[in-house]
Amino acid sequence: MINAEAKHHMPTDCLNLSDCIEKTVTLSDISLFTIMVQCFLIHTICPVTTLAPGESRVLYCRVFGPEESVLSGNDCELGPEHRRLLQKEKVAVVARQVRSAVTLSREASGRVLVETVLGEEAVALQEADSGVLRLRAGEPFSGERSALWLGVQSLGFTLVCEPHENLLLAEGTLRNLTRHCLENLRMLGAGSEVLLKSDRMDVLLDRVLPHGQLLFLNHRLAQTLDKEVAAYMTK
Amino acid sequence: MYATGSESLIKQAREIQEAELQKFYCRISKLLQGKDHGHETINSLQRLRLILSATKFSRTLPDELQRRLASLLVSSSVEQLQVLSSAVLRETLPPTGQGQKYNVLDNSPLTSHAAGLLLSQAGSQADLAALSSVILRNLEGRPSDGSSHTLMHSHTHTLPLLNAIITYSPESLTEDHVTLLSKKMVDWLRYATAQQGTVVSSGGFFTGPRSRQPGPIAELDGSVSGDFFTVLCVSQAFSEDQWMNVHSFSMLRRWLLTYHSVTDGNMSQDAEDRSEIEGSVVSMVSVTSSSSRLLPPRERLREKAFLYCQRLIEQSDRKAVKRADSELQKACLVEAVCILDCVCVEDSPLVYRAFPCVKALYGRLSADLAYARVLLPLAHFYLNHGDAAAVDSECVWRLVFGRLPAELFNEALLAHEVLSFLRLNLPLLQHRGALHLTFFPNLLKFLAWDSPAVIDDFVDLLPSLVTAGTAVELLHSLLDLPCLSAALFLQYRSACFPISEPGGRGLSSLEAFRSPAHRGLFLFLLRGEAGSGDTIDRLSVLHEILAEAADWPRVVQCAQTVPVLLHVYFNAVVTVADGKLLAQIILVLLERSSLLLNIHKYTPEIHRVFSCHLLRMCKLRPSLVVDQWHELLEFAGTTGNVYSKDDLYTHVVWVLGEYLSVSCDPRCTVERITSCFESLEAVLFEITSSAPPPGQSGPAPRVITSLMSALAKLASRSHDLIPRVSLFLSKMRTLSRGGSVPWCSNEEDVVAIVTRGEELLSLLKLPSVAQSVLTPPPRATTPQWHRDTNSALPLRLRALTRHTDSHTHTHTHSH
Repeated sequence: MINAEAKHHMPTDCLNLSDCIEKTVTLSDISLFTIMVQCFLIHTICPVTTLAPGESRVLYCRVFGPEESVLSGNDCELGPEHRRLLQKEKVAVVARQVRSAVTLSREASGRVLVETVLGEEAVALQEADSGVLRLRAGEPFSGERSALWLGVQSLGFTLVCEPHENLLLAEGTLRNLTRHCLENLRMLGAGSEVLLKSDRMDVLLDRVLPHGQLLFLNHRLAQTLDKEVAAYMTK
Repeated sequence: MYATGSESLIKQAREIQEAELQKFYCRISKLLQGKDHGHETINSLQRLRLILSATKFSRTLPDELQRRLASLLVSSSVEQLQVLSSAVLRETLPPTGQGQKYNVLDNSPLTSHAAGLLLSQAGSQADLAALSSVILRNLEGRPSDGSSHTLMHSHTHTLPLLNAIITYSPESLTEDHVTLLSKKMVDWLRYATAQQGTVVSSGGFFTGPRSRQPGPIAELDGSVSGDFFTVLCVSQAFSEDQWMNVHSFSMLRRWLLTYHSVTDGNMSQDAEDRSEIEGSVVSMVSVTSSSSRLLPPRERLREKAFLYCQRLIEQSDRKAVKRADSELQKACLVEAVCILDCVCVEDSPLVYRAFPCVKALYGRLSADLAYARVLLPLAHFYLNHGDAAAVDSECVWRLVFGRLPAELFNEALLAHEVLSFLRLNLPLLQHRGALHLTFFPNLLKFLAWDSPAVIDDFVDLLPSLVTAGTAVELLHSLLDLPCLSAALFLQYRSACFPISEPGGRGLSSLEAFRSPAHRGLFLFLLRGEAGSGDTIDRLSVLHEILAEAADWPRVVQCAQTVPVLLHVYFNAVVTVADGKLLAQIILVLLERSSLLLNIHKYTPEIHRVFSCHLLRMCKLRPSLVVDQWHELLEFAGTTGNVYSKDDLYTHVVWVLGEYLSVSCDPRCTVERITSCFESLEAVLFEITSSAPPPGQSGPAPRVITSLMSALAKLASRSHDLIPRVSLFLSKMRTLSRGGSVPWCSNEEDVVAIVTRGEELLSLLKLPSVAQSVLTPPPRATTPQWHRDTNSALPLRLRALTRHTDSHTHTHTHSH
């Protein structure tokens, strides 16, 4: 079953090619073929005085599913404490890499950052830098991943997904999530809601990206969810 | 945005004292004892969550608090409390001990937040299997009281949960589970209510007709939908089974890929299923008669998936009223084509049914670059099935490798997708005759535009682009990558501002880009396909035009990736090139060493790579030095190169000294050795007899010593030359005694050079010894002698040293 991916990329008339098989088998080793998002994180992409240069502060992170080492076989003897540590470190690696990617991308584009304040969420989102980063197998996740990012001012919003993921859908979902974050956690302001009201993020993810599942939502379906999210936020 | 306030909150959370923390735990525990949980409870739980999540180290909650939180998670009807208790528990370690895993959860219906906790703390495959059993049992039951219908109370979270579980461990579902879910998914996908949903009735979601149906669902363009419900149907409200339709489609691809092969291995099981179909849940809902109802569940699901995707493709042709929906249409097309591809891989006869639809879709979208991202899955379909269906896919490759990179090089996600597509299908593409190969100049545009983002892909892809046919052109292209980067920027800017911008920064290169006089240069640089020539004559003109680009960040980033790629290139080229091609490549190295865009640090970096690989190529094929000795000698005989390219110069001199020997190539005549000797001697004489040219620092000491060594080596092969080199070396000795040396300001360097000269001088006094040291027989340079203690080099050197020492009497050597 795990070889689903290999099969997927190999038409039947090609099965007899030994080199083909060899190559594709290594591809299937890359990951169990996930069509889901592995994690979502919000982190800084600006210099933070208390951090070393190039470091990024993770403000919110939700990893979907168990720590992958539970099932990968390599580190399955790790206790829950170590698994948690490993997971946190992996997330930190992603945050750092995205930070570098955003910095380089901004440098290359040479665009002047437009300062936005509370209430200008739509503008901020429109002006956001975006991109995608390939995370090789083992760097840091056991399989290859794509990290889709949006850079809004000094904050990075990142979705880590499987390389075959429907990136168009993932992109739309990331924008949607980011918009909600900016609005509901007042992230363009100076407050700390993202740290203290992170349950709002949990609910948002539970509706828009339940357990890491990207959903095909037309505007009506999305409105229904928005209403539920809005109802929660007003509590 | 990110303020110091947040930073200090994190600091506080991390540095909280143990005693204070214990007090906090107690307070929360007490708060949770009460029945009503007010603002204070919420606030405390939010703070607790921050404290726990701010550190990467695990904290352990008191047992009592942990129990209370778990019970809050299942018993509270306030979602915020569920969310917070789930979040807090996720940040802590699961209860220890066998069978201690949140027992309280087992007897209650599993909410999404509780399931999320169990999933995140699963410690083994068995945990996941147990969780999926619970979820499936829940699915069989009825949704809890839905008087206020929100998703929290429905079954909609079950499919995402299962998707997450099978992602990590497909074995978690039993054979029966898979069959059951396949059947259910058929129902949800194909037979969801085609009426607008109302406020949900209190019945289960499979049960009977609902009261007050407000009318049929609509298509995205507003017209009434005449067919079954899909994710592209809109309505005022959605019924539960319509939500399940959305979730089923969202996880469909994963499901098909995970459980595709089960059918093949379990025909008998499926045969049994066939008999029970009539009485199953399926027939209760799906009153529509269909021939596919006689298929076993998994094949039936495949069939329904096929129909669903076909319908999505049809629906995507409608003009959506909302912009967000037209984006969704594209995402649906991507998914639909991927699913079609995957069912066709499983069930090859379906290819003939699918291709008309896929071909029509391609025809519809290929002219419109707004659909570029959809074209990739289509290309994948053609790649996988084009041969089977005997379809000509040439036009597809021209579009995907031709037009897309040429026009959309600046779209990061498209670049990522095209390059991933290439990487993952490389074996297949190679098998089909390396379809992408001729388009390499186009593919390099992704690299030139956004090097940091795609360098990783190119490290993997580049070897596949290096063939005997492309090697030389590719080398030139890599060296000119920063120029391509600048040209793409000009093209982009020129397209954005068709007329010269008033008040904008006037770029002379932009003027040049627009001028017809330089059109040819830029056309070549921006060419889409290989084969129109390796490089151009007026490269230096191009470099002059682009001189101002040398500090554009994009160009600098690009230049920084070139050395890495050159290493990959050279490593690959030696595996495909014959001697003739390698000789040609050496020529390109020498020629291009002075023909590079002048970017800070770029030239020396490139020279370093050239040096490294010149050495490796010559080592691999020593006769290359004789093949190209004329050009190498011309390079080494040019005094200017000593100053401007000292690294490469040193290496050229070294390979000449090392490999211009009859033992490497019988064509190496005495005349050649003598002529080489004379050229090098002249350069060495020139640079050591005068001060460096104005504005230049002196020659690198390494250049001097390598020239001396090369001369000694050549002399050891043609003994007539020994007196000449000895005379020169002894002159060097006297030179240093005269105090300051005009060409070398560092005293230590002078000493090192003189010492080297003296060593060589001593060695040359015994010509036969000199030959065995300076031109060792090939046997001695192969690793064999490591195994033979008697012929080990240290031993040999010691013997020789003693021998020469006894003749010179003047110096002790410290080898």
